[in-house]
Amino acid sequence: MTLALRLGLARGALELKMFVRERAAVAFSFGLPIVLLLIFGTVFKGEVGDTGVDFRQYFAAGIIASGIMSTTFTSLGIAIASERDDGTLKRLYGTPMPRASYFIGKTVSALTLSVAETAVLFAVGGALFGLRPPATPERWLTFAWVFVLGVTACTLLGVAVSGVPASGRSAAAVFNLPYLVLQFISGVFFVFGDLPSGVQQVGALFPLKWMCQGLRSALLPDALLAAEPARSWEHGRVALVLAAWCMGGLVLCLTTFRWKRRHER
Amino acid sequence: MARRPRRRDAGGMAETAVRVRGLRKRYGDVDAVNGVDLDVRQGEVFALLGPNGAGKSTAVEILEGHRRRTAGEVSVLGADPARAGRDWRARIGIVPQTSAENPQLTVREMVRHFASYYPRPRDPDEVIEAVGLAEQAGRRVGRLSGGQRRRVDVALGIIGDPELLFLDEPTTGFDPDARRRFWELIQGLAHDGTTILLTTHYLDEAEALADRVGVIAAGRMLAVDTPARLGGRATATARVSWRDPDGPRHIDTASPTQVVAELSAKFGGEVPELAVTRPSLEDVYLEMIGAVR
Repeated sequence: MTLALRLGLARGALELKMFVRERAAVAFSFGLPIVLLLIFGTVFKGEVGDTGVDFRQYFAAGIIASGIMSTTFTSLGIAIASERDDGTLKRLYGTPMPRASYFIGKTVSALTLSVAETAVLFAVGGALFGLRPPATPERWLTFAWVFVLGVTACTLLGVAVSGVPASGRSAAAVFNLPYLVLQFISGVFFVFGDLPSGVQQVGALFPLKWMCQGLRSALLPDALLAAEPARSWEHGRVALVLAAWCMGGLVLCLTTFRWKRRHER
Repeated sequence: MARRPRRRDAGGMAETAVRVRGLRKRYGDVDAVNGVDLDVRQGEVFALLGPNGAGKSTAVEILEGHRRRTAGEVSVLGADPARAGRDWRARIGIVPQTSAENPQLTVREMVRHFASYYPRPRDPDEVIEAVGLAEQAGRRVGRLSGGQRRRVDVALGIIGDPELLFLDEPTTGFDPDARRRFWELIQGLAHDGTTILLTTHYLDEAEALADRVGVIAAGRMLAVDTPARLGGRATATARVSWRDPDGPRHIDTASPTQVVAELSAKFGGEVPELAVTRPSLEDVYLEMIGAVR
């Protein structure tokens, strides 16, 4: 095992240890999607169009995608922005730690938290709203690649956007605003096909819409296709858009990542 | 503190740990550092003194490889910090101006983790002991006092067994007792042969720790000397002051004894309010930085 990977895994373990010990972070970033699932799952009623699919299951699939974005893009991005602001990044930069180890550590912790978040949402959605795990190996495979592409794209975007806020304090606003808006226009809180077409087009520019759609295709029956605007799961397009965001995010990370505060050059 | 002896001059390397010529750092149209020369010998404790905004932290961060310079030559442990890699970073230690975060980790977890970054780290428990945190080793960093946190910073700075240690305003916010104990820690490191480059705006700190001090203000190095000789302090003229019927008087002179004798003759006995004073390090320093304001 190379040094960078070994130290990266050690950093991942350390990040997870810090996360678990920070009770507010656990409660807020990890608990928010679960609370949303509970609240809206209890409030919402009925089925999606006349497809026979319980809207609460549609919503649960969306919340799983949203939970991935919460643990990767939002939590990760805010954490990196405050680590830049409080000098943690600068301190690491001053050591011989391989630069890659930092990103490996972040990826390990984001991936672990996303898996845990998804597992909890599955358990809650299953117990209360009858959400079932993927029914066939093909659907498991779909679930797996949508999950991996979604986590990768959101992680890279979280790292890239972490350079935007001027301070650690403004980071929460910079990350939560797009996250909140995307949840409304990507088919999490509302059925995507019910949104005005202009809103649909904006939503389709961003990864969350495609993560939701991919997860629905893995978790919900094909009867739901009648309510999908494209009348198809569009797996090729889901993969393409998410992969494009991964590439774009990677390029942004490599070109814009800073170890120091903005004025420290 | 048991540790391997430091090689003072490994493989015929230069005796100079830090060599800077004509260092310049420009932000917009302001020169934060404006033509600084600096030599720090191996094993030396060098203090950079200067008011806030004088450019000392900027200069030090260029030496640490944290900032890029606009112009000038810089060699730190024989390498250019702007291009030096991991091997070079393993030989330096940095105690930055702001304290370490990660309040959720214990002192021991943090020091052990940082030890894993270095090829030849010191023993983490020994380092924790050396900075006086043995009793707090299992405590989370977030529950330490400000002075104890600063000791964690020093532990992280020396865990890699550096040849050169940068200390950026290490004792700001310390109480007098904590400062005294911190000085002993630094003196111990210096005694073991670690080269130390320190920035401070406490004159007593520079006087207690440094072999030599450099005074920097408005981006320029105004003087470099031992604390005792800075600004011609040892040979400076003395001031003889007294009161005569017209009010307070003084004479600055190189021969105060003669002046006192003359005054004594003139007054025919006791000279009212007679005092002979020489400039303190603080007087010399304030006069220097006052001249550039």
